[in-house]
Amino acid sequence: MITLAHFIVLGAVLFSIALASLFINRKNVIVLLMSIELMLLAVNINFVAFSRFLGDVAGQVFVFFILTVAAAETAIGLAILVLLFRNRSTINVAEIDSMKG
Amino acid sequence: MPNLNDILILLPELYLVAAACLLLLLDAFMKAEQRPLLHWLSIAVLLVAIYLVVGGQPSQPVTAFGGMFVRDGVSEVLKVFALLCTALVFVYAKPYLTDRKLFVGEYYTLSIFAVIGIMLLVSAGNLLTVYLGLEQLTLSSYALVALNRDSRLSSEAAIKYFVLGALASGMLLYGMSMVYGATGTLDLARLHLAAGHTGMPHLLVFGLIFMIVGIAFKLGAAPFHMWIPDVYQGSPTAVTIFIGSAPKLAAFGMAYRLLESGLGDLSQHWQLMLACLAVLSLAIGNIVAIVQTNLKRLLAYSTISHMGYLLLGLVNAGPEGYAAALFYAISYALMGTAAFGIILALARAGFECEEIDDLKGLNQRSPWAAFLMMLVMFSLAGVPPLFGFFAKLLVLQAAIHAGFLWLAIVGAVFAIIGLYYYLRVVKVMYFDKPVEGTEIRLQGDASVRLVLSLNVLALLVLGFAWGPLFGWCQRVFVG
Repeated sequence: MITLAHFIVLGAVLFSIALASLFINRKNVIVLLMSIELMLLAVNINFVAFSRFLGDVAGQVFVFFILTVAAAETAIGLAILVLLFRNRSTINVAEIDSMKG
Repeated sequence: MPNLNDILILLPELYLVAAACLLLLLDAFMKAEQRPLLHWLSIAVLLVAIYLVVGGQPSQPVTAFGGMFVRDGVSEVLKVFALLCTALVFVYAKPYLTDRKLFVGEYYTLSIFAVIGIMLLVSAGNLLTVYLGLEQLTLSSYALVALNRDSRLSSEAAIKYFVLGALASGMLLYGMSMVYGATGTLDLARLHLAAGHTGMPHLLVFGLIFMIVGIAFKLGAAPFHMWIPDVYQGSPTAVTIFIGSAPKLAAFGMAYRLLESGLGDLSQHWQLMLACLAVLSLAIGNIVAIVQTNLKRLLAYSTISHMGYLLLGLVNAGPEGYAAALFYAISYALMGTAAFGIILALARAGFECEEIDDLKGLNQRSPWAAFLMMLVMFSLAGVPPLFGFFAKLLVLQAAIHAGFLWLAIVGAVFAIIGLYYYLRVVKVMYFDKPVEGTEIRLQGDASVRLVLSLNVLALLVLGFAWGPLFGWCQRVFVG
């Protein structure tokens, strides 16, 4: 029997993986974009699970908005990424360090 | 079903959306030499929006679209000052943008879309509206930071801002999902009622922690401040001035909506968390600012410390504290606009005026500019009788009344430490010899200099006559 707790744990695990990969990853900015996407999907699992178990549709409506905004966010993120590559010819996270202090 | 009344309540926002779309369309059909018209139209659009916000303000708080949108006194104050600051930003930014070939329509439309996000955010009555308003604001800001497409620093600042901003949104959403799970509602008013007797108090507090992380990111409070210095330094100054002013009002509005309107019953949980954030922000902001040589970076760390003071007001968790924090947010927005406005006015093609050393001997070159900068620095430092002093005094008072005497002492000590780096700027302007072969003076036409002078002198006038403004801030929280 799959209970609410299973879904919440799944959401928490996905969220933690996303968070860890955001901080551990030192190679590629595209991986950062993927982690952000994963983070939002973990939130979506939470919302859908709560919505289902509470019997309230508002949570599922929220998920539609998150998906839409995430698409817009990724579009802007990729645009900035292209800009970054054009200006610096690299998308290596460790090399994006001209400002410090 | 939404009816005409709902639409009337949303009139300022709807008007601004329509106006922004029209400006975008106009820009597409405009020749480059006609663009100053767009500039003046954008300012006019913002001023008309202020009129609509104030003129259509209902005497009692009203909600629209089933509680999604709240129009009350708090949102009115925040919207008026956000629109006013953006109009000032447009005035100051034009000479800078023109010199750098960045005078494009996108700057105006993106800024106006960001302001629409601010207006939605501060009027939010539902977690969904908070999220959408916030994303509208931040997505526009990401694009604005990357406005200077050929600059290495600008694109680096944009990617850092984007990644950390998206992380903050993710944290905030995760917190929202937990709060939703614990209370079963997204509506902030119903959340307020349900938060007291939920069956899952641990889940609720867990969600609250994530939401506070999201709020701290957006405020730029330490230890979630990493993006602030890089974004301030890397973006074109005309964008830095925008990011440093109106969005701070929005961040206060977001904190107020989520923590008080939504989770006010949990105040004993979040007071101490905010106190920790405040101490860290004051310490990191004021101490790291001492070693900065870049003026924009210095002001970035100064922002972090100012957000610490704003949190002192929120820690109070009562009408007095919210009024003091709102007053602080307004004072900071005006001071930030003035400080970056002066940098913008001193910069010219090929000279950014970004380093503190660029200001050497400013008093001999342009006494008026040096005097204005001195007033702003003193106001930021909190020297009486300037505006910034009373704002600081009121938040410290609010913290003491809430029983956080130690926090107020920490705040006062760091205000004195902070005085050092503000005074260093004044020292460089007044007592150092100007570098030979450089020229530094106020650029821009007379109208820009007039508005800038009025903005700075307002800090002095409001220092003497802060009563009415603070009275307005107090009234909106009492009703």
